[in-house]
Amino acid sequence: MECGRYPGYYQPGMSLDRAPHLPHYGRVLGLAVPNGSPETQESSVEVIAPQAVDTLIRLLAGDGYEVVGPTRRDGAIVYDRVGGLEDLPVGWTDEQAPGHYRLRERDDDALFGYVVGPHSWKKYLFPPEETLFRLTRQPDGSFVTEPGVSDIPRRAFIGMRACELAAIDVQDRVFLGQAVQDRGYAARRQDLFMVAVSCAEPGGTCFCASMDTGPRARKGFDLALTEVIDATQHFLVAEAGSDAGRAMLDRLEPRPASDAEQAAAERVWAEAPEKMGRQMPADAREVLNRAFEHPRWEETAERCLSCSNCTLVCPTCFCSQVEEVPDLEGQRTERVRRWDSCFNQEHSHLVGGAHRESVAARYRQWITHKLATWHDQFGTSGCVGCGRCITWCPVGIDITEEVTAVRRDPEGRG
Amino acid sequence: MAPDAVATLPDQAMAPEPWRIHSVRRDVASNEVFSWTLYPEPGVEPGPPPAPGQFNMLYLFGVGEVPISVSAITDDGGIVHTIRAVGSVTRAMQDLEAGAVVGLRGPFGTAWPVEQARGRDLVLVAGGIGLAPLRPVIHAALQRRSEFGRMVVCYGARSPGDMIFRDELDAWEARDDVDLRITVDRGTAAWRGDVGVVTQLVDRGGFDRRNTLAMVCGPEVMMRFTASSLERRGLKPEDIFVSMERNMRCAVGFCGHCQIGSHFVCRDGPVFPYPVMEPAFRVREL
Repeated sequence: MECGRYPGYYQPGMSLDRAPHLPHYGRVLGLAVPNGSPETQESSVEVIAPQAVDTLIRLLAGDGYEVVGPTRRDGAIVYDRVGGLEDLPVGWTDEQAPGHYRLRERDDDALFGYVVGPHSWKKYLFPPEETLFRLTRQPDGSFVTEPGVSDIPRRAFIGMRACELAAIDVQDRVFLGQAVQDRGYAARRQDLFMVAVSCAEPGGTCFCASMDTGPRARKGFDLALTEVIDATQHFLVAEAGSDAGRAMLDRLEPRPASDAEQAAAERVWAEAPEKMGRQMPADAREVLNRAFEHPRWEETAERCLSCSNCTLVCPTCFCSQVEEVPDLEGQRTERVRRWDSCFNQEHSHLVGGAHRESVAARYRQWITHKLATWHDQFGTSGCVGCGRCITWCPVGIDITEEVTAVRRDPEGRG
Repeated sequence: MAPDAVATLPDQAMAPEPWRIHSVRRDVASNEVFSWTLYPEPGVEPGPPPAPGQFNMLYLFGVGEVPISVSAITDDGGIVHTIRAVGSVTRAMQDLEAGAVVGLRGPFGTAWPVEQARGRDLVLVAGGIGLAPLRPVIHAALQRRSEFGRMVVCYGARSPGDMIFRDELDAWEARDDVDLRITVDRGTAAWRGDVGVVTQLVDRGGFDRRNTLAMVCGPEVMMRFTASSLERRGLKPEDIFVSMERNMRCAVGFCGHCQIGSHFVCRDGPVFPYPVMEPAFRVREL
């Protein structure tokens, strides 16, 4: 199948930051390229107090960043602007299971004692709706095209989980790693300040450990935090992943961790992978590449509502449509890009109707793209193991269960 | 074997640029198929000249955008697009006359392997509007006729009245260095030619199976059966090329609509070596 690839495009295995034909890639990602793996750094572990996270938010705001982080709204933890610790879901956690999400109060004051909710950072970098161009009719019948993107704020993201850092790397390959780059995405991506949080208590639908994307944040951040909380202590281990992160950490006046504190943090890192609610088979790609005609898709289609929830909550799904939005007088019009989903019938519309008419074909497209053909296209899985598609599926279809079922019965004999 | 290389795209490839319709040709009595010859408006920096097989995104102000293959290029920088009115955007385009301005961005995608066909027999098989994307290959080969071996052009139309580029078909028919074969699904009282599927034209042979390059463009089922016929005639699968069609919104690999398995038709196609598409032809609703 190699003859489908042509010079100038991303090829599996290619190192993107060294790809000579992608001159903007390294620059765009400059902020997020780590200056060294945290594991190999000789410097001793540094800690900050919980209150320093409040200072961090205020310092970033003072530096001109629009600071975005987790906050509690409508019974869920979502991402929105935060002004300080009072906006974070301090003392809250989430219960997640297939088709199930509930918040409940914790018996401590953990700052980050929950996992990911229905939102992802995708909504900021690749907005659900974006005006690509504004066009104006000219007297001679021609038209003038102006870019639709303007006034992009510099943003700081607080509380990014390891799976979410991996998801941004996946979308970078789509929007920055191909022959044409998406200008809006590049502009929004360029000046990010990224504060990661390593998960201490993965949730019921999490499976990042089996996707090798978490739960510890290891790269792609400016600053990474690991929260340690028990009856006797509450602090955060802080690691800088870039020069900007180092400079910010210095302003938070960290102190060296005691041996006991370091041991406590290491326990969090060691134990978190064992707390995953789910697991993806390591050979998911190979399993699905052999399963395009598997009868399982018909069975899953009997439950699947084709509602597209899974693609909307997915932090890597990138399908979009472009709509024409003209004014009433016909003199001005806009090209507006909106999130689309391979579960929508119109997604595959061709002369004569939808190419993927059946729900089974649409589910197969989604799961095989996510876990198999994505590797061919972008050199990585399209799944980061965040579990959102499982939690937010109204009928609780579980991507790990689907792969496991096909794997157990590759011939589909039932 | 890879298709011919094409020029790289400018950094910004998403904005429609104004091009003016210089002339309109209407091919079918129903007006369903029409061709525009387009020239860039003053101030527009046109992209690289499209290679045969590539496509542009054509845009109608206030209506929308569609991917359309290039059907010819003129010596003075004009681009011809042949369009069939079948959807909301193409139906709105149907009534435009010379002088109107439309948007254009491109060219996008892969090209037919014209250079690889030099010194070999050339078999071109078109179904319906699929003649349009192959037309630039015929033009290029006729311009440099001596560089190619035998040239077999097979064309299947729904009926005699649905045939497009009748004047050019007549001109190719009149040449003794082009073997033009035409069939229709339904004849008329006056039709003296073949009736039936286009694969029967391929089955007649008339080309060197060891030294032929075939390019096929038409409905998916037609391309699939044509490729099988060519294989039965002894062509190697890698000497057969097909051009795929899918829903497209962006043309640069962002919108996700045009995927066929691992492939983005906009970026990895529309022209594919047959062995790349053959597995996909066998899976329904892929």
